Amino acid sequence: MTAPTVPRDSSLQASSGGLKAELRRTQRRRKLEAVALVAPLFLFLAVFFLAPIAAMLFRSLDNSELPSAMPRTAEVLRAWDGAGLPPEPVFATFASELAAGQKARNLAGVAKRLTYELPNMRSALFATARALPEQPDGTWQKTLTGANAVWGEPATWAVMRRAAAPFTPLYLLAAVDREMDANGNIVSVAPDRAIYVDIFIRTFWIAIVVTVVCLFLGYPLAYKLASLPPRIANLLMILVLLPFWTSILVRTGAWVVLLQREGPINETLQTLGLITEPLQLVYNRVGVYVAMVHILLPFMILPLYSVMKGISPAYVRAATSLGATPFTAFRRVYLPQTVPGIGAGGLLVFILGVGYYITPALVGGAGDQMVSYFVAFFTNQTINWGMAAALGSVLLVATLVLYWIYAKLVGVDGMKMG
Amino acid sequence: MSLPPYASPLERAWHVTLWAIAVLVLGFLILPILVIVPLSFSSGSFLSFPLPGLSLRWYHELLGSERWLSSLRNSVIVAFASTILATVLGTLAALGLQRAKFPGSSLVLALLISPMVVPLVIVAVGVYFFYAPFGLTGSLVGLTLAHTALASPFVVITVSATLQGFDTNLSRAAASLGAGPTLAFFRITLPLILPGVVSGALFAFVTSFDEVVVALFLTGPQDRTLPRQMFDGIRENISPIIAAAATLLIVLSVALMTVMEALRRRSERLRGLR
Repeated sequence: MTAPTVPRDSSLQASSGGLKAELRRTQRRRKLEAVALVAPLFLFLAVFFLAPIAAMLFRSLDNSELPSAMPRTAEVLRAWDGAGLPPEPVFATFASELAAGQKARNLAGVAKRLTYELPNMRSALFATARALPEQPDGTWQKTLTGANAVWGEPATWAVMRRAAAPFTPLYLLAAVDREMDANGNIVSVAPDRAIYVDIFIRTFWIAIVVTVVCLFLGYPLAYKLASLPPRIANLLMILVLLPFWTSILVRTGAWVVLLQREGPINETLQTLGLITEPLQLVYNRVGVYVAMVHILLPFMILPLYSVMKGISPAYVRAATSLGATPFTAFRRVYLPQTVPGIGAGGLLVFILGVGYYITPALVGGAGDQMVSYFVAFFTNQTINWGMAAALGSVLLVATLVLYWIYAKLVGVDGMKMG
Repeated sequence: MSLPPYASPLERAWHVTLWAIAVLVLGFLILPILVIVPLSFSSGSFLSFPLPGLSLRWYHELLGSERWLSSLRNSVIVAFASTILATVLGTLAALGLQRAKFPGSSLVLALLISPMVVPLVIVAVGVYFFYAPFGLTGSLVGLTLAHTALASPFVVITVSATLQGFDTNLSRAAASLGAGPTLAFFRITLPLILPGVVSGALFAFVTSFDEVVVALFLTGPQDRTLPRQMFDGIRENISPIIAAAATLLIVLSVALMTVMEALRRRSERLRGLR
């Protein structure tokens, strides 16, 4: 045997500080090691995950269109008190930057930004820019108003002033169907344009229905599985785990095939004589519910099953032996013990369901799309990034609140899969 | 489970009903996946029963299509790269979280797990804007980075769960026998927590291999992934070629699930022995 190696920082040498100091030092070193081990992933997520999301949240307040294209106009507009029409220097600055912008062809952003608040501003801005003379005809106020009457209206300049601010609440307000009137008060938008609150309600409603259906389908199955001998339960559990491991697109595609007009379900029902015409089961709400329940059901069953497996059958037996009917024993003794599983599964299904995009996009109709769809729509189709970011921010806040509740109730490390 | 002979008729009825519900729910879970398999062997071009005849034509078409093959290649590259990154970073973080509590460690844990719960479309839009100035959109690099972020929580969770059953005295014993921290990790800790690391890696692989929302935003026509190709196929023109691709993916998930089950049983057996 070789002689034992001397530990590098021998505790004998540290006798001056005493054992306590030595222990403190070791504990501090362990903490530093822990931080050093966690740091790579944390920094990776901070740069490639958290920063993009923070930037997106910030984009919902972004108001840089006018200040970047017309920096001096933005400055004088911010200095103006906002009452009535702005003074002549504001008109003059705006006219010179409008002419410059027309030459540099960088007015598109400003036009788009103004149109969000006043629908006819795009044509007004470009018409004025084209008609603008080199020299004012008297005052610039008169010249601009002559070119287009909108420049004589206080409402236009209220919007201009708001567009000159560094940030805007416009998109976040629009995401909850609110806007600012000419006086800067927050008011509800006209009923025909109020669509986003309905979309949020629809999103939450779909997630609630899916969660409740998952609970009603998942609870009896988990209960049955938990009461079976482990050998059979493990075998049947494969039937729960296979869908869990199968691609979401495979499952969504399978439902499109099953539910279509000539699909197996309609064919079977017609063969049995239950229906004469094929039912419309896909590209509507039915399809969304069925496919989403199918995809999210394992997330309900797995936590329920793991909670139920930990419940000793002795409790229910004791209740029955004390005279409780099986139903009472279940309701008073068994059910309360499964509440943590119901909470964990329910919250998980709800959190995942609220953010769904792919499944409603593939099996839903126009009236079944959830918030995620509109975030993607505003990003890709209409390029209204402020609106996309604002809807995303509201959705994110709702999700994080639910996540926080989940973390309090279940604990984040309780979020186990499989 | 059978009922005792003294069970009342009501109890018997309830017993039968419960079985019926369980069978129906299991059927609901598994049948849609199984139905797609025979359709992929159809000789016709419609996805409906009865099949006009059996053939492998859709598999020939699938495996002969450059679009499908290149999307498969892209998916495999991204999934492997992000699995490796996520597994290394996630395992280190799980080891760190287990080593000692430090100020703010529970907040850090919540942040590390957050990619699991943030709606995918928000991640997609966020990285789409954020990566664009760095030329990371329309490339597999950007997608790999985003997928690594999405996959890492699964590694952190599974490795942390395994570490809870790990006896730290074993690595202390290794240290007392003269092993440095690195040697002790590779010779003692890693072999013991390997099942957790592997199942975390499998979760990470599936997360990336299945992910479509971020891929829709970050990939162009050149670097489309398999799920994106499936998505377009289902939306535009659903044909038996989709069923063929789906069948191959189902085979893959059966394989993955089998590995996971084997790992779970192994760790249960080891725990049972102790």
